[in-house]
Amino acid sequence: MTEIIQKVKNLSIGFKSKKGEEILILRNISTNIKKGETVGIVGESGSGKSTLALAMMGYVKHGLYTIGGECEFNSSNLLKMKNRDLEKIRGRKIAMIPQNAGQALTPNLKIGYQIDEALQLHSDLKEEEREQKISELLNKVRLPSPETIALRYPHELSGGQQQRVAVAMALAGTPDLLLLDEPTTGLDVTTQAHVLELLNFIAKDTGTSMVYVSHDLGAIAQVSDRIIVMYSGEIVLEGPSRDILKKPIHPYTYGLLKSIPKLSLAGLPQSMPGSQPQPGTIHRGCSFFDRCDFSEEKCKSNSPQLEYLEELNTSVRCFNHKSLMNDSQVNQTVNKIKTSLQDKEILNISEVSISYAKQNLLDQVLNRISDDNPTVKDININIKKGETIALVGESGSGKSTILKSIAGLLRTKGGIIKFDQKRNLSSDLKERDPNDLRIIQLIFQNPDESLNPNHTVEEIIAQPLKLYFGLKGEELKKNIIELLQKVRLGEFYMSRYPRQLSGGEKQRVAVARAFAAKPDIILCDEVTSALDVSVQAAVLNLLQQLKEDFGTTYIFVSHDLAVVRAISDRVAVLYQGRLCEVGPSKDVYQFPSHPYTEVLLGAVLEPDPDIKPKLVAEDIVEEKPPQKGCSFQGRCSRILGDICKSEVPPWQITNSGNSIRCHIPLKELQKEQIN
Amino acid sequence: MKLDNIYQEEKKSNFAKVYEIIITMASRPSGFIGLSILIFHIILAFISPYIAPYDFKAINPTLMLQAPSAEYWFGTDDLGRDVFTRTILGGRTALTITFFGSLIALLWGGLLGIFCGLVGGKTDDIVMRIVDAFLSIPWILAMLLIVSLLGTSTEVLIPALGFFYGKGIVRVARAATHDVIAKDFIVSARARGHSNFSIIWYEIIPNVRDAILVEGAMRWSWMLLGFSSLSFLGFGVSPPTPDWGLMISNARGLMSFAYWSVIAPIVGLSSLIIGINLTADAFAKALGIDRSTKAPV
Repeated sequence: MTEIIQKVKNLSIGFKSKKGEEILILRNISTNIKKGETVGIVGESGSGKSTLALAMMGYVKHGLYTIGGECEFNSSNLLKMKNRDLEKIRGRKIAMIPQNAGQALTPNLKIGYQIDEALQLHSDLKEEEREQKISELLNKVRLPSPETIALRYPHELSGGQQQRVAVAMALAGTPDLLLLDEPTTGLDVTTQAHVLELLNFIAKDTGTSMVYVSHDLGAIAQVSDRIIVMYSGEIVLEGPSRDILKKPIHPYTYGLLKSIPKLSLAGLPQSMPGSQPQPGTIHRGCSFFDRCDFSEEKCKSNSPQLEYLEELNTSVRCFNHKSLMNDSQVNQTVNKIKTSLQDKEILNISEVSISYAKQNLLDQVLNRISDDNPTVKDININIKKGETIALVGESGSGKSTILKSIAGLLRTKGGIIKFDQKRNLSSDLKERDPNDLRIIQLIFQNPDESLNPNHTVEEIIAQPLKLYFGLKGEELKKNIIELLQKVRLGEFYMSRYPRQLSGGEKQRVAVARAFAAKPDIILCDEVTSALDVSVQAAVLNLLQQLKEDFGTTYIFVSHDLAVVRAISDRVAVLYQGRLCEVGPSKDVYQFPSHPYTEVLLGAVLEPDPDIKPKLVAEDIVEEKPPQKGCSFQGRCSRILGDICKSEVPPWQITNSGNSIRCHIPLKELQKEQIN
Repeated sequence: MKLDNIYQEEKKSNFAKVYEIIITMASRPSGFIGLSILIFHIILAFISPYIAPYDFKAINPTLMLQAPSAEYWFGTDDLGRDVFTRTILGGRTALTITFFGSLIALLWGGLLGIFCGLVGGKTDDIVMRIVDAFLSIPWILAMLLIVSLLGTSTEVLIPALGFFYGKGIVRVARAATHDVIAKDFIVSARARGHSNFSIIWYEIIPNVRDAILVEGAMRWSWMLLGFSSLSFLGFGVSPPTPDWGLMISNARGLMSFAYWSVIAPIVGLSSLIIGINLTADAFAKALGIDRSTKAPV
């Protein structure tokens, strides 16, 4: 039997409410971390997964306190230790890798200095040895030319590189246990796949145990040996990674896996109704009761205990796990999307280019933008009425920039945006008439920022109704209630403030506000990326339903290719502000495709231990599009030679109507990619 | 106007909100002390004309510089006037003038700051440079100039103080606005085509109001000190009106043998300033603004 290095026993952590009630964030958690194993802790936001990970290094957040239980590391209870003793363990024995490395690194100290600091604190190396150790560590996390990286400041590195530095710092003390709190969440898809691959390598190479906290089952599937599923402060399922992902025997995990969109399935996944109960609201019964498809009368009043199943080596907290056990694998049924596509084109974007360059004085006076290498260039897309077109690409690919210029928030350098084949939309917001503003509405990524915290839901939805239609009094109220019903929210939400709503509810309010204007086109900017997986499916289904009801056209920006696959009719792939590939979504997801699309598709993480990401290209970050030639020349693994560097590739059209911008003939591209 | 009805709907809950804020403020020891001092001063300012034992301008040469006694609690000054009477009346003018001065400072400073923060660009540049230029003028010299040209009446002092103390608020309001305008709800309102006025009134003010109010409360105590300095120099209110600054100035030469005539107004002035300061701090904390981490720009 392998050695257990961390033992969590009956741990409960909570806080006292204003009324003096004890509210539990973690409820009676027991688990063991073995030496050399990687454990994934997965759960929705608010499930207590980060609190558990922090408790494993003896840290309880300010305002919370330990109610009972212990976290044993090397047979001493971390939660009862003095700070001075904890300092000796943290960093040396247990290290933490934070979510946002960019914020965790001190901005005005060089990378080498910061790693040296970690070494001074957590190792006994002498000065000369430390210098060598720094480049060794940087080499280990596969940063190119460690000597130059060590001399740089954090802001001079890309997000993925910063995360690698954070890993190097955590490894400085050669810890036995590494805690990772959502280490890849803020990163691009390709970078994320690379960092996960690195973590896998380090786990094997150093034999360090890892606790990987994430909301993303796709990422967890790639790294962990064992998975702990948390729900509302409890462990609901714990067992070997493969079994849990392939054959989950807890209804929550089952539902969660069903609600994740997958590349192989076109159409929207089923959503899980409801949301996680707030801490302190469950008094009796199973906490998952009201969202469960398998619930019975006894689940309402009796709370199930965590039950260990010998034959599966799995612990489960459910009365009905047997019925799920007999049910074979997760049968994902999708709601096929109905296309309400019409032949009429509603928006023509032609030759649009956008520049962020600072204008010189002469240009300012003449009110023109001169920039020979603009951020976004040559965008030509014709969008049909009732279509959902998705713009995909990594951060910096210009997808949000294009969205902003369609909304009129950003001036274009050149090109025409034409609505309904008749009206040219001015690139200046002030020159657009109210009706032009009404027909295009936006939904933002983060509903916390897109809803004014000082307004009630009623006031938020009333704004477009008053502005565009001049509604007042009873009529206004009637319209608001109607809109709330459309987004499946009850009338009683009217008097609530955004802070009183859950993430999914907030996003529904934002959707209702957009539809209040009766728009023809809705621009969706990463609308689901701030939401939990189970909520994401519900919002996508809602958007699809509304589209069928109103015949709206969506322009959907996302970095998540699986979500895009689920909802869109057509996909446009962007790199460095240039289009790479445009086509019907089912064809874009098949070969032949643009080498960049291939990279993106390869990096998608699926919640399946059998599907590993394919890392085709390096995850370098380019700051500026190249002056000449193909935009992807810097990272392309199939580069032909000089032609890619000097000439802009031509559009090649496949039989199914997919346009690919590449010098490589389609037949060859297909042959190479299938191999 | 269509915005009016929204405001009325909120009115009721606003009352409850204010009540809740005051309770939170008083639940901290420092807030409780600050509030008590401030409320004591305000009540005193209202009732002092009715409880004053003597006439504040009654000169009595036979009672010059009497030490505190049962009859004259705080003693008498060099003209034989009762110091207690003059002290409790002395806060009235200072409080009234600086209160309205702060209101003016809040209004013009806050609105101009929000406007600059929202509009940005050249307008913002030009306005902010003018504000900077004014900030570099020593305010007391400028005040002396204004007062000597226009006189020391309340109608001159209130707007003049309001103007000089509003400059700093412009910067704070502008910085607070910058925090807000980056948020998507402002972008959303812009994309819908709301006017600047509507964005300021409806989207920005509710979100920056707290920061500006706290700043205004702090400026109030500074203004009080400033106003008393003016009186001390003889440019505030004119004698024989009882005023702390004026009283300190009159009695400062006699400090060595008639300390009572100067101590009473000093205690009055400093306790009020401390009271306002503590209250402003507690107010900030009750609103969730931590002044120690967020330095005014």
